[in-house]
Amino acid sequence: MAIIHPKLSGAANLVANYPMPYGAKWANDIRTNAITAFNAQGAPHKRDEYWRYTDPSELTVVPTKPAALFSNDESPMFDLVDCIRIVFVDGIIDTDRSDDLSLIGASIEMLSDVTSTDIHWAKDLYGKLESNGQNPVHRPLAALNTAVAGHGLVIHVTSKCDKPLAINYVHNSETSDVMLHHIIKIDEGAEFTLLESGAGAARFNSVIEVDVSDDAEFHHVRTQGRDHERKTVTHLFGRLGHRSIFRSFTMTMNGILTRNDAVLEFTGDDAKATVAGACAGDGNNFHHDDTVFVTHDSINCESRQVFKKVLRNGATGVFQGKILVKADAQKTDGYQISQGLLLDENSNFLAKPELEIYADDVACSHGSTVGAIDEDALFYLASRGVPRKQAQDMLVLAFLAEAIEEIDNNDLANDIRDRLTAWMEHG
Amino acid sequence: MLSIKNLQVELEEEDKQILKGIDLEIGEGEVHAIMGPNGSGKSTTSYVLAGKAGYKVTAGSAELYGNDLLDMNPEERAAAGLFLAFQYPVEIPGVGNMTFLRTAVNAQRKARGEDELSAGQFLKIVREKAKSLKIDADMLKRPVNVGFSGGEKKRNEILQMAMLEPKMCVLDETDSGLDVDAMKLVAEGVNALRDGKRSFLVITHYQRLLDHIKPDVVHIMANGRIIKSGGPELALEVEENGYADILAEVA
Ligand SMILES: Nc1ncnc2c1ncn2[C@@H]1O[C@H](COP(=O)(O)OP(=O)(O)OP(=O)(O)O)[C@@H](O)[C@H]1O
Ligand SMILES: [Mg+2]
Repeated sequence: MAIIHPKLSGAANLVANYPMPYGAKWANDIRTNAITAFNAQGAPHKRDEYWRYTDPSELTVVPTKPAALFSNDESPMFDLVDCIRIVFVDGIIDTDRSDDLSLIGASIEMLSDVTSTDIHWAKDLYGKLESNGQNPVHRPLAALNTAVAGHGLVIHVTSKCDKPLAINYVHNSETSDVMLHHIIKIDEGAEFTLLESGAGAARFNSVIEVDVSDDAEFHHVRTQGRDHERKTVTHLFGRLGHRSIFRSFTMTMNGILTRNDAVLEFTGDDAKATVAGACAGDGNNFHHDDTVFVTHDSINCESRQVFKKVLRNGATGVFQGKILVKADAQKTDGYQISQGLLLDENSNFLAKPELEIYADDVACSHGSTVGAIDEDALFYLASRGVPRKQAQDMLVLAFLAEAIEEIDNNDLANDIRDRLTAWMEHG
Repeated sequence: MLSIKNLQVELEEEDKQILKGIDLEIGEGEVHAIMGPNGSGKSTTSYVLAGKAGYKVTAGSAELYGNDLLDMNPEERAAAGLFLAFQYPVEIPGVGNMTFLRTAVNAQRKARGEDELSAGQFLKIVREKAKSLKIDADMLKRPVNVGFSGGEKKRNEILQMAMLEPKMCVLDETDSGLDVDAMKLVAEGVNALRDGKRSFLVITHYQRLLDHIKPDVVHIMANGRIIKSGGPELALEVEENGYADILAEVA
């Protein structure tokens, strides 16, 4: 009897689990290529080097394990921000709860409409950054997403948008297993801000491909929180043109498993990118993984990776971050910091920072630390009358602040700070 | 007000006795000073009163207005009216000085069942007190003690004391590292808080501070004990002759 490799049988099970969307020829071709790539790679497995610290089985098991719904009475995220709002419930847009898809400076379409249109600009971007990002490291769950995601947004930004677009992903079914794929094309000199919040589904797989043209800006603030049993895997692919700016920040709390991949490539000179994250994990069923891969292939670009994780009661945080500087990418300034704050001995922070540099005139630095809370600072605060729990929260917030400071919009940063404070109070 | 009886303290980690039976009675409105050689147990006394971890009380008691201090956690002691100005104030990156002060003031008010101060009320008071200590707005905005000079840290301690309005103030070498003018500022800060009810325990190595803050009683601590107590003249004697004579006298 033939022994089928678990990666391949896992891939076959996953492919069978999702209906393959059918659309225009170009879309079918892209999806077929993605499925071929995925089948060849196989499903991610805990013995894969790239999944060394994170067991992907929750993301690959078929069918997904149910996740109890999490209800709370908190106000919607970003509710004070003037923006266009779109709500997806278990992966399907809820038009009643969404604003009209009209945003000055951008056109917003549904992926399902776009992929059934014979001629559309999206054919040059859909799956493109994702497939570029498969090298040198395989990202099978992103390939699978390109192949089977039938829904998402297709956004073409032509000038400076007057408002952010805020997407809220609602998890409303205990067994929902959702793939969403957004593509965003930002024209020269245009600016776009994307806000995302919500757990999305019992199992949520999202891919975002962002093409940032010369002199364009992309800003991204995302919260993944307060849904204890959800599983999430996200991939954010970005290409940066000359003098472009790319900034992404994610705050995560709760959730059995979160894997956030960011894959950025500098193709133009003098561009700047930041990927940052703050995460607070509580309990031994919390596992959070940030995996970042930044490729410098142009001159005088700056990249920053800033990740902070607070972990307690057996929670696990992972950071895998790589800066690859190709031979021609002179004057690259690459910075990477990852820090874990462990509130007890049962929690874990695992970091794998990597630099791979082929150019000679570069300034790259990376650092990774793990530590406990500063008892002297705690005592100092307590001696002034601040109760221990509150004092600890203050120090935790202070620790995470450095990542939150990477958000350059003050209102959004304050929103994030307030929400984090509230989340820490409620758990 | 503060009553310490036969206080004996060991380190938690190792079998080492630091305080070997301290007795100290500080009445309402009184100012006491403690002097003594390095390592004699002055800071330890202040830490044990404030509730720092790492020490084991093996005998004795410490009460503030009849309340057993040793039975409370540090924040309860603070709310009960105890304040310690640290010999080495801690830097806390990421926590704004102002946020910290307001949190502390309101936490204590809440613990005592009083109304919390609004942001406006708080700001008004803190500005006024900071001004008299020559603490500028920038220092209030910065993270707690981060990048403060030695003297700035000490003035920041006094600002906290002024904001918290404790009943019993313990100052551990608040004068060390201060220039002459800053020393006067700090002393004025302390004297401004003397209202006939509030009491002070001033730990110092130098007579100079005591010129400004006139103590009622001066104690000499050595090797975990108070070996001699007297009036302000005791501090002058130490300044003149050091501790040798006093140590010899009691030996
Ligand atoms: N946590 C500790 N671990 C080890 N030794 C300690 C600890 N705390 C205090 N000691 C010891 O206890 C003794 C008293 O220390 P303490 O700091 O109270 O002295 P002090 O009178 O304040 O001295 P100084 O005038 O130098 O400030 C010293 O010998 C010190 O080394
Ligand atoms: Mg001392």
